[in-house]
Amino acid sequence: MTGQRAQGKAHSVAVTPNPARPALALRGLATMALLFGIVLPALAGAPKPDIPEAVKGKQCVEETGFMRKNHMELLLHQRDETVHEGIRTKKHSLKNCFTCHVVKGADGQPVSAKDPRHFCRECHDYAAVQVDCFQCHRSVPSSDVTRGKL
Amino acid sequence: MSQADKHIDQYRRKFLGQGAALAGAVTLGPGVMFTSIASAKPDDQPVSSEVRWGFLIDTNKCADNCTECVTACEKENGWGSGSADEQHSRADQKAQWIRKVTVRDNRTNHSMSLPMMCQHCAHPPCVDVCPTGASMKRADGIVLVDKHICIGCRYCMMACPYKARSFVHEDLEHQRVYAPRGKGTVESCNLCVHRADKGEVPACAEACPEKAILFGNLNDASSDIAKRLASEASTEIRGDLGLDLGVRYQGI
Repeated sequence: MTGQRAQGKAHSVAVTPNPARPALALRGLATMALLFGIVLPALAGAPKPDIPEAVKGKQCVEETGFMRKNHMELLLHQRDETVHEGIRTKKHSLKNCFTCHVVKGADGQPVSAKDPRHFCRECHDYAAVQVDCFQCHRSVPSSDVTRGKL
Repeated sequence: MSQADKHIDQYRRKFLGQGAALAGAVTLGPGVMFTSIASAKPDDQPVSSEVRWGFLIDTNKCADNCTECVTACEKENGWGSGSADEQHSRADQKAQWIRKVTVRDNRTNHSMSLPMMCQHCAHPPCVDVCPTGASMKRADGIVLVDKHICIGCRYCMMACPYKARSFVHEDLEHQRVYAPRGKGTVESCNLCVHRADKGEVPACAEACPEKAILFGNLNDASSDIAKRLASEASTEIRGDLGLDLGVRYQGI
């Protein structure tokens, strides 16, 4: 017990302002300058994501720029409405994404989110943003055995 | 007219317009019937508490060795034999949304068999104990897990008197589109919520060869299930807990 308390105290000391701060900030600025000076030109040469074309049509459910910026908001909104209220409109559903955004592999079968060529992975890998959807959701359209209408 | 009444009126109007075609039974082929129930709701409407979904299970019709309902659920929702992904879990760790239970009276040797699944309580203990709000009850009485906010603590599994919930221990990949499930979350029977929303009957009720499982709206006095509940005796399992179950049994 006493050991834990002592730890807590040490922690609170660490977060109080200390006189070395301005020096640290200066060093931080210097590091930033270094980063922008050296790393950014290298990034400019990094390959841009090769966004696969949708299977059908040229126009997404919303304007392309809007979708690039806000698709996660639409999905989040839809997910709560669907799970909690049973609203199952197709337009902004994850299922609808994969009726158009299917990438097929060499064998003609759609590739899953495990494959870096998957539609979501192309940009998400580039931006280093992890997609959690596919821990539970299927990432390819269903070749469903039971119902045949998905 | 209150706002709520207006809402219901709009709902009814829409329903009468589109719903007429959906109601009743549609013949898919010779001898194959695709049963639907009259309460299909439009996709863009939220579920309402005017409806309360439930089962009436007649154990007298339920055969001892029959597991058609379990198999149908596995296939429909992609667990058990319906999934090839859960290879490392022991049998007692694997998901089990519905199971057959055989009960025997030691004095008389009378045994009976019944399907056991989430009882869709009106006052669900699993919802009471959930620290994140993931274990929830929809307005229409369906109790389910919002896996987006489930943290896998499994309090609900401990709280459930019916042992109805399972925990997924493994990475999954080949889920059904309409039944997402994944590692680290709890799951259970959701009355085939994707079917109920379309006005269809859950997979187990559809598959039962003896038609021992009747699905319907407990709140609608004109539904088959409400009529039977009004005219025949039925029991809740552990009714003493006062949870007001959505699933009732006959012959136990």
